[in-house]
Amino acid sequence: MSTVLVFLEAKSGEPTRISLEALAAGAKLASATGAVLAAAMVGTANGTGFSALGAASAIYALDHPLLAHYTADGYTAACVQLISRLQPEFVLFPHTYEVRDFAPRLATRLGRVLISDVTGFQADAGRVTFTRQLFQGKLNGQYRAASPAPCLISVQAGAFRADAPTATSVAIETFVPELDASAIRTAPSEPFRAAAQTVDLSSAPLIVSVGRGIKDEANIALIKDLADALGAELAASRPICDAGWLPMERQVGSSGQTVAPRLYLAVGISGAIQHLVGMKGSQCVVAINKDENAPIFEIADYGIVGDLFEVVPALTAAVRKAKG
Amino acid sequence: MKIIVAIKQVPERDVRIRIDGAGRWIALDDVEFRMNESDAYALEEALLLREAHGGEVIVLSAGPERVGQTIREALAKGADRGIHIVSDTLADYDALGLARLMAAAIRNEAADLILTGLQSDDLGLGQTGVILAELMGIPHSSLILKIEKADTGLKVLRELEDGWFQHIEMPTPALLTIQSGNTKLRYATLMGIKKAKTKELRAVPADSLGVAPTPVVLLDSLALPSRQKTTQILSGTPAEAAAALVEKLQQEVRVL
Ligand SMILES: Cc1cc2nc3c(=O)[nH]c(=O)nc-3n(C[C@H](O)[C@H](O)[C@H](O)COP(=O)(O)OP(=O)(O)OC[C@H]3O[C@@H](n4cnc5c(N)ncnc54)[C@H](O)[C@@H]3O)c2cc1C
Ligand SMILES: Nc1ncnc2c1ncn2[C@@H]1O[C@H](COP(=O)(O)O)[C@@H](O)[C@H]1O
Repeated sequence: MSTVLVFLEAKSGEPTRISLEALAAGAKLASATGAVLAAAMVGTANGTGFSALGAASAIYALDHPLLAHYTADGYTAACVQLISRLQPEFVLFPHTYEVRDFAPRLATRLGRVLISDVTGFQADAGRVTFTRQLFQGKLNGQYRAASPAPCLISVQAGAFRADAPTATSVAIETFVPELDASAIRTAPSEPFRAAAQTVDLSSAPLIVSVGRGIKDEANIALIKDLADALGAELAASRPICDAGWLPMERQVGSSGQTVAPRLYLAVGISGAIQHLVGMKGSQCVVAINKDENAPIFEIADYGIVGDLFEVVPALTAAVRKAKG
Repeated sequence: MKIIVAIKQVPERDVRIRIDGAGRWIALDDVEFRMNESDAYALEEALLLREAHGGEVIVLSAGPERVGQTIREALAKGADRGIHIVSDTLADYDALGLARLMAAAIRNEAADLILTGLQSDDLGLGQTGVILAELMGIPHSSLILKIEKADTGLKVLRELEDGWFQHIEMPTPALLTIQSGNTKLRYATLMGIKKAKTKELRAVPADSLGVAPTPVVLLDSLALPSRQKTTQILSGTPAEAAAALVEKLQQEVRVL
């Protein structure tokens, strides 16, 4: 019987949410292709994180002192060994920064190409095709492997719903890869956080967020006026903070803050996945964008298709009028 | 330090997405092209390193003839020379095939450092650099914001999720994929543009590199995403749309 193998990422010993989403994707894929589901995670077999992986019928604890800190070389070597033992049909990963770092190397070592950042799949008559986004979400592509197994896939955050964790009923097998310290060429140091944030967007009830559609630093004032009229906090997409037009601490997204306000008003923001993961928990999303096909409209409750330089001043005036 | 920077030419940001006749790529008539965003930051890092430590910056790009313009732009910003892997059928290669072409074109350069962007803005694979590192047999690190020379080789700053960072040390030769945003990008000066015309730009036909396009992953088809959520579009003049939105914010969202 063929195997779908899912690599989960652990934080403090527990599988991360996106890892559980990847596990759910793996379970779906296994049932669509008549395969068994196996899960693997770095850690010791008696670690608590393994006890909730009941969806899998085989569970492997990748246990080795050289895996205590993530390195691309260590993880690649360990995964290659488990894959060559299990000979899975499909290998799934959560599309995290770690996976982005080592999975392409792992795939290359196996003579394969990772199908990255997958949002869905279709299986019919033994052929599985995977959907992934191109042009920052403006286009979908259907991809498939043209080589023998294994086919390697990473799964986008939020694309599959994580199942409620179920208790593990199978024995967790410890898999000790053969690793050589000299083959690990990078020396990582402890992760650290940037200086304490002075703006906490995560508790703001109203947020007006600005993207590259604003074109010029001087135009930010237009957005600030709207935010002031609404009594909202000002936030931005990454390119605005990269350019130094607003401080880094106002950046929303995978490398910035995660927010969940009652109102998120996105102005001139296209809606790339790295931005969406930071704000899609908002209760109401409003988007102003001149491109009716901008991906932000995928998740917006209300939209205005138009030139922000006309719409925003009109909106600021209308809000002021409504507030009296 | 001898540094190679891989630069991809991609469609302009506001490009209208229409699928072409064959259904395998977007229609490119009337499309303007630019340097991939994270690659521009990779180039900037390379130029800063050369200014600090001396050496050479070589730009590498694969694509049809028009890619030459983007290489010239990098030369105008200060890169020393360019290598252009010329191909009109690059889409026949997958990321592994492309990285094999790149590896074959630069193997004899014996560079100390190879920089790529984190991710291309069109295909968005986020992989080509890491694959190239494995093919070259050198260590890598991705999502890099800052590069410093260290006794042992390099000390780099890697971006992690949710505002976390990490330093990593590694020996050279190494490959780094560069994340956008850490530095201000320079503009090409008039002098730079003039000088670029005289700099070496070597054209290497892809089919001279001995790499067959035998993809292990295929892009079958493309489609515009179908709307999942029904967004209420508020239409009319800007003033009408604004008034309609204010009403929604008052009556339904209740935030006004
Ligand atoms: C690893 C990684 C991490 C990342 N982390 C983050 C992150 O934390 N946060 C983040 O935001 N991004 C992040 N990004 C970048 C992300 O992929 C996008 O590039 C970015 O979000 C795009 O920002 P934008 O929407 O402002 O710009 P663009 O994508 O350029 O969109 C601009 C939008 O403005 C519209 N527009 C232009 N002119 C007008 C006008 N006159 N009126 C109305 N609309 C107009 C356009 O139609 C377009 O939709 C990350 C990327 C990577 C690879
Ligand atoms: N055709 C190309 N020519 C030169 N460099 C490329 C090319 N395609 C990809 N790259 C490099 O690889 C990086 C990652 O691209 P991708 O894997 O497509 O997301 C880009 O940012 C470039 O630095």
